[in-house]
Amino acid sequence: MNGFISRGFTGKRRAPDELADRLPPGQYREDGFPVLTAGPTPTVPTSEWRFRIDGMVAEPREWTWEEFGELPFEDVPCDIHCVTKWSKLGTSFRGVSLDPLFEAAEPLDAYTMVFSYGGYTTNLAIEDLTDGKAWVVTDHEGEPLPREHGGPARLLVPHLYFWKSAKWIAGIRVTDHDEPGFWEANGYHNRGDPWREERYWTD
Amino acid sequence: MDRLTPDVMTPVELRAPGRWQIGRVTRIKPETPRVKSFRIELPMWMPHLPGQHYDVRLTAPDGYQAQRSYSIASSPLDEGEIELTIDRLDDGEVSPYFHDIVEEGDQVELRGPFASYFVWRGEEPVLLAGGGSGVVPLMAMLRHRRRTMPDLPMRLVYSVRTAADVIYADELGDEAVLTFTREPPDGWSGHAGRIDRQLVEEALEPMATAFICGSNAFVETASQLLLDAGVEPGRVRTERFGPTGVPAPSA
Repeated sequence: MNGFISRGFTGKRRAPDELADRLPPGQYREDGFPVLTAGPTPTVPTSEWRFRIDGMVAEPREWTWEEFGELPFEDVPCDIHCVTKWSKLGTSFRGVSLDPLFEAAEPLDAYTMVFSYGGYTTNLAIEDLTDGKAWVVTDHEGEPLPREHGGPARLLVPHLYFWKSAKWIAGIRVTDHDEPGFWEANGYHNRGDPWREERYWTD
Repeated sequence: MDRLTPDVMTPVELRAPGRWQIGRVTRIKPETPRVKSFRIELPMWMPHLPGQHYDVRLTAPDGYQAQRSYSIASSPLDEGEIELTIDRLDDGEVSPYFHDIVEEGDQVELRGPFASYFVWRGEEPVLLAGGGSGVVPLMAMLRHRRRTMPDLPMRLVYSVRTAADVIYADELGDEAVLTFTREPPDGWSGHAGRIDRQLVEEALEPMATAFICGSNAFVETASQLLLDAGVEPGRVRTERFGPTGVPAPSA
């Protein structure tokens, strides 16, 4: 962009050509699934787990683990992109699309704050959570989601940087205005589109 | 945020975090066989908070680029420059470049400082717990405290494999409690083995704010020990290494 070349750098972790177009700018391919969390890992027994949609909705809704299990699950093959530069290509989750959940609660406004057990929050526009773009997932690659990756249930929004895919999800509050969540208040971008490299506030 | 894109703001403020700039490496200090510290002079330097990081970007002649984040090890009182301490990861792309290619006088492209959660803003007392190169952002806190508030209670619990793996060995004083997980030095009468309750209790003061940085396993163990010792979860801030050994946010 500015013509700067790093003396002696050739690049030894280049993605193969067939995968290169699946890597957003500044990302590299990682085969593992690193754990990154801002605080201690919460423990949420499924007997106590609840998922709710409230705030500016026609009908606030809450599901227990058993009730949630009755909802239509689907497999979600996807690529995920972490703002710390790694991307995991060709992974899969299993969960419930937010579309039927929002249909049940009927949002009346355009913004949301997602909240988690342990206190984590992240903000998303309704339009980033609807039309088959977001799920509450309970399984990863055929196994129950491990606690360190957000089990029993996490949000999955693969088209945005992965901090938006809140671990240990407890609910979604629909609001009439946009407000920064945890990382969004601590220097990270408000929306986080990896294809536009929206990593930090000033991007 | 789109309203604030740098292209629009350029004439107003050049010293904004987030602008790529070309720094110059002024000094390279080997810390251990696999860790080196790099002093980098920045044309658009701005003060950071201890615990923040910079992004580094390497560009090959054909335009291929690689980016990674590295914690700042220096105090923001070092005006005009920062220190990045980099652990060499054999299968990495950026850290071997720094270790094997970069020499004093070389230029590197970087931007920062970023993120404002794992930062020390003067809280006290403070307990720092670092595993391996997780000590790097904690060192920024220790160094800054020494120069600004030397009497402020701040202890460091530092877990390393062997004596040869101790980063900043010549700078660690009474505030540091070390434990050697693989092989303590000859004649060592201090702690050995993984971080445990005794070690935490020795360093912990009531109502302390804790900063823990290291591998996921280290952070899990250390944060659980602190919770068991009665520290509120809200006072325990953690950073876990990503796959490239650099600390960063949730995934």
